[in-house]
Amino acid sequence: MNWGFLLDLLRISLHAMVPITLTAVGEVIGETAGLFNIGLEGIILVSALAGALGAEAGGPIAGLFAGMLVGALISLIFSVITTYWKGDQMIAGIGINLFGAGFVAFGLIKLGAPGFHAVSKAAQIPKLQTPIGALSPIIFVALVIPFIVYWFLKRTRAGLILKAAGENPEAADVAGINVNLVRLLATTFGGVLAGLGGAYMSIAWFGSVTKDISAGRGFIALATVVFSGLNPLLALLGGLIFGFFQSLATWIKTLPSKPIPWQFVEMLPYIVTLLVVAGAIGRVRFPKALGKPYKRE
Amino acid sequence: MSQESTGTVPQKEKIVHRTLTGLNPVIESLLAAVVGLLVGAILMLIWGYNPWKAYSALLQGAYGDTYGWASSAARAVPLILTALTFSIGVRAGMTNIGAEGQVYIGAVAAVMVGYFTLPTGLHLIVGLIFAMFAGAIWSLGPAILKITRGVNEVISTIMFNWIARFLTFYMVAFVLVDPMRGEKTISIPKSARFPILIRGTDLSWSILAAVVFAIIIYFLLWHTVTGYEVRAAGLNPSAARYGGIKSKRTMFLAFILGGFSAGLAGATIVMGNPPTYAIISGMPQLLNAGFDGMAVAMVGRNHPIGILIAALFFGGLTAGGRMMQFTAGVPLEMVRVVEGVIVLTMAIPELIRIFRVARSSWSNLRGMFRRRSA
Repeated sequence: MNWGFLLDLLRISLHAMVPITLTAVGEVIGETAGLFNIGLEGIILVSALAGALGAEAGGPIAGLFAGMLVGALISLIFSVITTYWKGDQMIAGIGINLFGAGFVAFGLIKLGAPGFHAVSKAAQIPKLQTPIGALSPIIFVALVIPFIVYWFLKRTRAGLILKAAGENPEAADVAGINVNLVRLLATTFGGVLAGLGGAYMSIAWFGSVTKDISAGRGFIALATVVFSGLNPLLALLGGLIFGFFQSLATWIKTLPSKPIPWQFVEMLPYIVTLLVVAGAIGRVRFPKALGKPYKRE
Repeated sequence: MSQESTGTVPQKEKIVHRTLTGLNPVIESLLAAVVGLLVGAILMLIWGYNPWKAYSALLQGAYGDTYGWASSAARAVPLILTALTFSIGVRAGMTNIGAEGQVYIGAVAAVMVGYFTLPTGLHLIVGLIFAMFAGAIWSLGPAILKITRGVNEVISTIMFNWIARFLTFYMVAFVLVDPMRGEKTISIPKSARFPILIRGTDLSWSILAAVVFAIIIYFLLWHTVTGYEVRAAGLNPSAARYGGIKSKRTMFLAFILGGFSAGLAGATIVMGNPPTYAIISGMPQLLNAGFDGMAVAMVGRNHPIGILIAALFFGGLTAGGRMMQFTAGVPLEMVRVVEGVIVLTMAIPELIRIFRVARSSWSNLRGMFRRRSA
């Protein structure tokens, strides 16, 4: 029996975990402060393209920063609309998703081939050689960030301020906290992480951009946030679960015997997400003011 | 559990959907459309296109002649129906974005009916009903998850969309495949097609089906007790509960009605669109039908009448977009960029105020000039 496939599974799981974990942890921060961003899918998509373009212009590190910058920028627009302008978070998020889908498809056509753009090897983040095979360095970033965010949310004063803005914005306002600014900063930082996840996909994982590179990951990250109950460490666990099932799907697809048609294998991560969310509800509670714009009376 | 009976526990209020509370719905929608087109123009300038040429080609292609109007209306048909799916959800207090997947399933069901032999007319009606039920069955999953487990419908419907997508890929490639031509499913026989409404265009009688369905939904929501309950539960769930309305029942109804509508949309796409009358591999004609419908619903203020008008506008964008691609070289995808900006703009409640400020400063400016000239 060849056990090498277990290592393969582990390696693919770790790679697939990164965008979900980063995006989910970013959204944990945003939701703690009271903003529900369903535009994550669009943010991942646009930042994947931005990451590829940035990497080709100025190297892999520039690509990562381009992704984070674009993620921050789109989140900034989203949060200005939903905080200072009291906009509807659902509609704004849907708008971002539509915009992202159109913009990336449009951009790919401008780059030459419709629907697909390969990132040159030189612009990709080199993989690290480890005992379990070649791993992207971003994996370690994604493994560390949840712990930092956990510490930030539970142990610092700033984390408490975020919580106040999400739980009881009126009280936070009375205590002298600028609720809108706090929410804006939290969501923008969440966008930075989602942008990092997007850029990672194009320049450190797939090495290409397609018009549906995000493949529902923004929504899977939202589901992971529900599962986590706003605990970044559980968001990491959720990301690992999703990554495992995605790698399982990839592995089944490459089996020479083709036991299941690939279309059914591809459904696996989405079905697992549904089951995980359905199981998590009731166990978790969310900030009281989540999803509502704060209006001073 | 008994806390609720005390009545002092603060009830979780739902925020009423933005598009239901606008001050001046028509102006807000128009303004959003203008902002969307303007941002589109700026992006075209950045990418090196001539926006003026692009938009005049788009306008010409969409509404320039009978052919343009007809193809705009043909593109509007599925949008009307998927917009209704989203709007029924909004009216019931939900964000149901499952129309996309239900459209795929409806289209697959419609193609399946092509295997039967039935008399002309009856065949069409059987196909439509079958597709509607298929759409409704696909919306059962999110409905049950929402009602029994409280799963957020945004997440569950998106997951069901992706599952539907791969299921349709499978059905198109292995089950419904045309034995002669592997790149598409079998074509729907003549007896189950919508007849062409205007000769030489691709506008079929499917538009009648969409308009009739929109009118039915209008009567259902605004002129029946059940419809009143659905809307009341959407506007203020806790007040509706005190009034004896079962919110689980209204949510379930909204999901099922939405499923009917989206399933019908899928059927109109394969049964009413020449020349293939089949699902092509990769289903280009089905992709985004549901998502575009959400933009239509918002601009149409989630009202059936508004949706009919907004669908003609978005249908025109898609139909004219092809002329824009041909004449000005701007890729069709620009249309979805414009759509996204329109929706993003629709989220801003202060938009109308910004508009008023601009108008008052403009009249101040004019007043200044008048004084100077006097």
